[in-house]
Amino acid sequence: MKEKKEKNMNIDAPLSAEDTAKKATTAELDEYAKERAALAKRQKKQVVKHHKKLIKRRKPNRSIGGDIALYIFLIFIAIAMSFPIVYAISSSLKPLDELFMFPPKIFAKYPTTDNFSDLFVTMGKSWVPFSRYLTNTLLITVVGTFGHLIIASMAAYVLAKGDIPGGNGFFKLVTLALMFTGYVTSIPNYLIINFFGMVDTHLAVIIPAFAMPIGLFMMKQYMESIPDALMEAARIDGANEWKTFMTIIFPNVKPASMTIIIFAVQALWNNGATNVIYSEEKKTLVYALNQIQGGGIARTGQAAAVTVIIMMVPILFFIFAESQILETMASSGMKD
Amino acid sequence: MRKKEREITWMKVKKRKNRYLFLLPYALIFTLFNILPIVSSIFLSFTYFNILETPRFIGLDNYFNLILQDDVFITALKNTLVIAIITGPVGYLGSFFFAWLINELPRWVRSVAVIIFYAPSIASNVFVIFSIFFRGDVYGYVNSLLMSLGITRSPILFFLDPKYMLPICMLVIVWQSLGVGFLSFVAGFQGVDQSQYEAAYVDGVKNRWQELWYITLPSMKPMLLFGAVMTISSSFSVCDVTRTLCGFPSTDYAARTVVTHLFDYGYMRFEMGYASAIATILFLMMILCNKFVQKFLRRLGT
Repeated sequence: MKEKKEKNMNIDAPLSAEDTAKKATTAELDEYAKERAALAKRQKKQVVKHHKKLIKRRKPNRSIGGDIALYIFLIFIAIAMSFPIVYAISSSLKPLDELFMFPPKIFAKYPTTDNFSDLFVTMGKSWVPFSRYLTNTLLITVVGTFGHLIIASMAAYVLAKGDIPGGNGFFKLVTLALMFTGYVTSIPNYLIINFFGMVDTHLAVIIPAFAMPIGLFMMKQYMESIPDALMEAARIDGANEWKTFMTIIFPNVKPASMTIIIFAVQALWNNGATNVIYSEEKKTLVYALNQIQGGGIARTGQAAAVTVIIMMVPILFFIFAESQILETMASSGMKD
Repeated sequence: MRKKEREITWMKVKKRKNRYLFLLPYALIFTLFNILPIVSSIFLSFTYFNILETPRFIGLDNYFNLILQDDVFITALKNTLVIAIITGPVGYLGSFFFAWLINELPRWVRSVAVIIFYAPSIASNVFVIFSIFFRGDVYGYVNSLLMSLGITRSPILFFLDPKYMLPICMLVIVWQSLGVGFLSFVAGFQGVDQSQYEAAYVDGVKNRWQELWYITLPSMKPMLLFGAVMTISSSFSVCDVTRTLCGFPSTDYAARTVVTHLFDYGYMRFEMGYASAIATILFLMMILCNKFVQKFLRRLGT
């Protein structure tokens, strides 16, 4: 009985110590979160105030005429910029006779979703089941994106906060990699993928995506804005590196995580991967859809539908995460 | 003294070796798929290599052939430079200009404007729609417009006539050019300290342009550098637009770019050594252009 109690106490003791440490960190975190919330509130107030000021008292260096001219110019440009996209969407809703109508109309007279349903019929007839293409793309996109998020954030954490010798040099290399595109390295990349026996597997797309330089760059720049005191508090409380990373850093970089996710999804979703994947049953959705699109004049309607489907995913993701991406972009600058 | 420094560094490395473990996965994959390819690309560019045989060292032959004998490469190089020199600055200044214009709009209008301007650059292959606008027969929209206005009498073969290929491709590229750099600029404008403007009004700044030059530009320099990097790497690697719109190969190779030339030799003729030489030249062009532009931008406003 006594022994048991002692044991209990023994178990209890470290637990309670850890508990207090946890509490301390959570308290610290709470404080930080509160501070952030207060800051956001203040900023919002300022924005509101700013708007009110705009209504009451305009900025001193603005003339009404200039503002109106600017608005008209912007509206004109916005219409011109969005025209191809709007036209692509409206074409996908046109029945076949209207698609070939001349002179063309911008908006369909009798809009229909026939093109999309036709597309699904065509997809159903392909000899590799269409769900297979979709699964392939989802697999590549999800695994690639999350792997990239974790691996790049871990690296960004030590580069931003770790103060390790060689860290700056490595980060310079990453910024250098931003300066050239994947085309430059495509041939040796293929040889390396081949060397590891990854040709014609999904890994050939997924593994290189883990180390996209843009993700690390964004994440590292954003992490620099997290106060050092926060981590030091956690370290004093006895949290190890991993714990600090998972409980302090990671929850506080949500906007940057979101940005990384969106960029990775954009890159992977649009990846036809024709260079490294040969087997039909391993190919991606974009590849299959492009095949349908290349089907000639009889598939004009379906091609329009394909264009819209491929285009919508990155755009919708962006709309969904716009404010967080812009928040991350605020720290995207290159300091030296 | 130096020995001591080295000792301190070594101590740091030892003490923080756990942190290197965090860096390790990324560093490994990054080295494997970014650093190593560059190094091996430079190495392969001095060899004859067709994948089947082991690479054979041939010195600078690839480069001599490229510059002295390969007319198509010269065309490709010229096209790439023309595209980069025109669409690069236009896209960059355009990004900056529009980010600046939408900066003072109310919040929700601004976010709609950002979506409208940014969408073309992520809408993958929507630019295919331009091939309908510029179709080469009388039913092409631009052609029928030009003919009904009496500007031309017969339809223009926009994607087959070397005279028109590059300008139309550049139009499409400019349409797509408000990319990540644009987002960075939008955020940068938002981040400029408002009190600086108020101070400037007191100091006698008179109009928008002066505000831009004296306050906004200097405080946005980091974003300007980042935007430049993104613009340069995308404007030198044009290939999708020209390949999709003008065909591959295009008439008289008039729309060939360095990247499509690289694909031709790398993935169709399997002359990997030669293709590596092309890649190395492209790499050097991008890096040099970046260094040059960064040097220029750093001097801005000081």
